[in-house]
Amino acid sequence: MPVSGPPVATSLPVGSDADLAWVRQRIRQTAAGLGFGLVQQTKLVTAASELARNTLVHGGGGHVEITPVTRDTTRGLRLSFVDSGPGIRDVELALTDGHTSGGGLGLGLSGARRLVHEFELDTGPGRGTTVTVVAWTADVPAARSGE
Amino acid sequence: MTSPHPGHAAAVPVLALGETLLVTLQGDLHDRTAEQLQQDVTHRIVRSGAAGVVIDISGVDVVDSFLGRVLAEIAESARLLAAHTVVVGMRPAVAITLVELGLTLPGLTTALDVEQGMELLTRSRPAAADRRGRGT
Repeated sequence: MPVSGPPVATSLPVGSDADLAWVRQRIRQTAAGLGFGLVQQTKLVTAASELARNTLVHGGGGHVEITPVTRDTTRGLRLSFVDSGPGIRDVELALTDGHTSGGGLGLGLSGARRLVHEFELDTGPGRGTTVTVVAWTADVPAARSGE
Repeated sequence: MTSPHPGHAAAVPVLALGETLLVTLQGDLHDRTAEQLQQDVTHRIVRSGAAGVVIDISGVDVVDSFLGRVLAEIAESARLLAAHTVVVGMRPAVAITLVELGLTLPGLTTALDVEQGMELLTRSRPAAADRRGRGT
């Protein structure tokens, strides 16, 4: 199958707001190459922007891994935002709309979760935070279950 | 396509068109640039006595909660300085994404394009224009 690039993971640093811009741009390009529609691209890039900013602001910087994935015939993109910061003590609270510890609007984690199909948070006090999200090119029916 | 130089954070130009300031955002905005913009706009309002601000985001392909908050805060601070703000040109994909994100920015006035934004401001202007002594 002719694709523009091999489906390998790309790792990008998240250490400054210039990095955030670059991360958004690379994810946009990758998603477009995989066949994501414009609205899907915009949702994914917006989610990525929220999560990368969390990595930068709350995690003290880190990196993002961008991995094209397939399931059956559907293509998707997996993004992992990794930091070795203080971690999140109360995950439920952190995922609540309007809860903020960084002076923002408190929509970063909860909002990003709504914009993707799969969302996984791996964190704990003192062991950093990894947020992994997956978006598929075709809508998955079970996307919003499991609240 | 966005800027070919993602590492370069250029300032956003603020143009004066009569009593309105026109701010055109393009491509991918760095956080610092967005914050700087709020200072630039508020200073320009005070210096020029502008009664309105039009922020054109038709060239912006992503508005996240940070940029959304900056836009809302620019509008709020402009309001405190007696200027109305209209955000124009939001792309449909951005509007859909903002709603899903939970960021509906209820305090923000919007119009479809610069022309309609200007018109909206002109209609609400006469009272403000009389109140201010022009050219002082």
